[in-house]
Amino acid sequence: MAKIKLNGVEVWAEDDWTILETLRFYGISVPTLCHQDGLEEYGGCRLCLVEVGEGDRSKLVTSCTHPVWDGLSVRTHSKWAVETRKVVLELLLARCPSSRTLQDMAAQMGLREVRFKPRNQDCVLCGLCVRVCEEQMASGALGFVNRGEESGITTPFDMTSDICRRCGACMYICPACQLRCQGPDAQGTLCGACTSLSPSCLEIYDDVKCYMSETSCGNCIRGQAPRKEEGEKT
Amino acid sequence: MKDEVDISKVESIIDVYGSDREMLITMLHEIQAEYGYLPRDAMVLVSSRLDLPVGQVYGVATFYKAFNLSPKGRHQICVCLGTACHVRGASEVLQSLENTLGIRRGESTEDLEFSLETVNCLGACALGPVVTIDGEYHGNMTPAKVKTLLDNHLQEGDGV
Amino acid sequence: MRCLLSTEDLSEARRSLEEKGGDRVRIMVCGDTGCLALGGAEVRRALDEEVQKRGLAGRVEVLSTGCHGFCERGPIVVVKPQDVFYQRVKAEDVPRIVELTALRGEVIDELLYVDPRSGERVVQEEKVDFYRSQKRIIIGEIDRIRPGEIEDYIAIGGYAALVRVLEEMGPEEVIDELKRSGLRGRGGGGFPTGRKWELCRSAAGQPKYVICNADEGDPGAYMDRSLLEGNPHRILEGMLIGAYAIGSEQGYIYVRNEYPLAIENLHMAIKQAKEWGLLGNDILGSGLNFRVKVVRGGGAFVCGESTALMASVEGKRGEPRPKHVHTVESGLWNHPTNLNNVETWANVPTIINRGAEWYRTIGTENSPGTKIFSMVGNINNTGLVEVPMGTTFDQMIYEIGGGIRGGKRLKAIQIGGPSGGCIPAELTGTKIDFDALRELGSMMGSGGMIVMDEDTCMVDIARYFVEFLKEESCGKCTPCREGLYQMGEILRDITSGRGEERQLDLLQELARVMRDASLCALGQTAANPVMSTIRYFRDEYMEHITGKRCPAGICRDLISYSIDPEKCTGCGRCARACPADAISGGKGEPHEIDLAKCIKCGSCYTTCKFDAVMKV
Repeated sequence: MAKIKLNGVEVWAEDDWTILETLRFYGISVPTLCHQDGLEEYGGCRLCLVEVGEGDRSKLVTSCTHPVWDGLSVRTHSKWAVETRKVVLELLLARCPSSRTLQDMAAQMGLREVRFKPRNQDCVLCGLCVRVCEEQMASGALGFVNRGEESGITTPFDMTSDICRRCGACMYICPACQLRCQGPDAQGTLCGACTSLSPSCLEIYDDVKCYMSETSCGNCIRGQAPRKEEGEKT
Repeated sequence: MKDEVDISKVESIIDVYGSDREMLITMLHEIQAEYGYLPRDAMVLVSSRLDLPVGQVYGVATFYKAFNLSPKGRHQICVCLGTACHVRGASEVLQSLENTLGIRRGESTEDLEFSLETVNCLGACALGPVVTIDGEYHGNMTPAKVKTLLDNHLQEGDGV
Repeated sequence: MRCLLSTEDLSEARRSLEEKGGDRVRIMVCGDTGCLALGGAEVRRALDEEVQKRGLAGRVEVLSTGCHGFCERGPIVVVKPQDVFYQRVKAEDVPRIVELTALRGEVIDELLYVDPRSGERVVQEEKVDFYRSQKRIIIGEIDRIRPGEIEDYIAIGGYAALVRVLEEMGPEEVIDELKRSGLRGRGGGGFPTGRKWELCRSAAGQPKYVICNADEGDPGAYMDRSLLEGNPHRILEGMLIGAYAIGSEQGYIYVRNEYPLAIENLHMAIKQAKEWGLLGNDILGSGLNFRVKVVRGGGAFVCGESTALMASVEGKRGEPRPKHVHTVESGLWNHPTNLNNVETWANVPTIINRGAEWYRTIGTENSPGTKIFSMVGNINNTGLVEVPMGTTFDQMIYEIGGGIRGGKRLKAIQIGGPSGGCIPAELTGTKIDFDALRELGSMMGSGGMIVMDEDTCMVDIARYFVEFLKEESCGKCTPCREGLYQMGEILRDITSGRGEERQLDLLQELARVMRDASLCALGQTAANPVMSTIRYFRDEYMEHITGKRCPAGICRDLISYSIDPEKCTGCGRCARACPADAISGGKGEPHEIDLAKCIKCGSCYTTCKFDAVMKV
């Protein structure tokens, strides 16, 4: 067992845990993107940054890859960590504004503005599809290609793969595949509609009717007045 | 268009190194030296002999800029864009070559005579700007010297 | 060739080789890639032919050596025993060199170097001003031996350090000597080498690996190339000593793909070392086993980063790994690995031979020893320069470098490659060492020193480095990949007249995040060139942003060319040079540039002999 200092409190952790596993155990949440329980850690998105170490020697590390050890000191919500995570998310949003996962995280983190030029890419290069295909589905049909600016994920030679079993796991796990909601500022890079969500349908209905449920109403986000459908119960 | 390439030589190249994964990049270099580029079938063969997923070999081949996945021109021209060459006017030399050959960097002329590449420093910094043709170094290049350089090289080649 | 079975064997071999030296006439031609590019191979061929033609094979020896350092003046030929230094030698000079200098000891004036200050011709190499202020303890050997020839290396004292280590020192003593010497990594990190060896030695697990990082990717730096081409045995000796100290039996030398001659010479040296029993099992009867493999790079700057290099050796994409646990504990194949730069390994035999105390007398307190720099760019004497740490930039540029080319003004010195920064002209009195450079917002890097004159645009330089890093980034982590893209867009705006002042603040915020959140040192230092140019040349940025001007006349969208009708003679040279057919005018009449067609390449500007083309 390792004794670590977590946000000023001394806690125990298993020797083979990462910082992120420890945080989850103690109910502390930091944003993640390329992490997925059950898949190997990647450490590429840099959203799960936390501050480790003390004083001048402290640094920001990815909690998903960093192991715990005796005497480690971790601060998950120091100003440095919070503000850096926000800019990292801002960069990701600039790359892929159409991802609902990213938009939701932006709303949670209070990100109000994306100051960078939008790239409108479809892929955030989190590598989840690559890993789920290889590790969970034991197939390995997808891989990273090129590097830097031209990095991408595709099948070998960009051809239909004969080891792909059409299981759909890659689509299921992809954070960019879930398209963002159509908020009031749908053209902009940042949606942020759910930060100001005040379900007006509660004036008529017992329960929210928003898009997160089966009925997929979404009227309040679209800025429309709620309407009672014909024959609908209150 | 299918890759109709005789890949028997690939087997012998792989044989030299056995299943040594450390030598993957070296093997790919030798295959490219043999064929002028990395044919698809060669990469598939390497992956099966080394017991690696095809995607990994393909990912490695596309990561490293030394590897070409399509055939190159008969003459390879390489312009150094290192800092020392840059401050001495390398981008003008590149532009001049692009204009003269009618292609952009990374491309080959239609008749597959010339390929134009750039590299981020050849290590001959004192003689910048540096251009290599088929491995031959030419220092102190200027846009004006480009046409002469190409003409000379073609002449020498035809004489062989 | 003989297989040496003990340290006594080696000492005896050295004695017999030393006797062969003496006063015979030798013509030494530089065989380094740089001189070859300037026609060195033709000079060598001509010399061989001339010697053979005259039947002088027994009396005059012709040999190729490694780099002499004064690359601006290549091809270089030195005639011994008088040490006559000839520069810019051409094949047609060869008959005279053989006839007059080699046979009759006479000097050919036109081939001598002329001291720019005194105007006098200099005969001997060490009297040339370029060399006088240097201290060539590492690189000095390579112009005296045939590259890779083990006999030459042994004759000048090579492998004596290995003998001393095997005969007199235990592994811990070797590490202690390295620690006391204060040697710091010459690849740029500046980490204390002795300490690194100590950590690797005490790490758990076998096998352990030692690696030589020869992926010298910093554009403008080529000292590692010259060291490997010219004296590969020195690196082998350093690695043998390191392997002994750490407890490793397998070494790797990772050489970037763009250095074919270095790879060739390394293979030759390794083959000879094996034949002589200096690599393999039970080396010199000491029980030390050590093997070396040469691994070729694939054209990726990021593979100079140690974990990316190791991934590359493992046959993977060169993606760095987080260093929560250091590579000395878990590196190649997750085993303890000690990685050092070429120049660092090259320092090891010198430290063992001369001792840590002697080594500390050179350089500064926290950066002992010398550093080899490649001084290139807008300077008169370009080449490889080895000086003690603590030398100032002024000394480098004016005493050794001979001042700025074309008599222009110095503007800045870029040092540390894409991870480094620019030192403005006002700060050239700084003494060069690891810590001083860091304080100025730069870093030592591998030693590439690029001298920039007044015609350099610092915003363009920042943009250049960002473009370079965009291509070379592995692309795995967000701050580096996306941060560089966004920096590139902002710099493109600024250099094309669309910049806004708030973008400078945005650049600074991006730089902070890239520094703090990137996975590896490439991303962490990627913003240095931008930050240091903003720090020292903010006015120039503002001129681009608010003035929509490029003072140095470089940024294409902010300059335009025109022809002064008063000066134009109508010779038509510019029109012929123009690749875009943008210049028109009758013979003898003032010509005109069609700005709509002009691509701003500058060919007309450089071609015109009457100064009639103006850059605004």
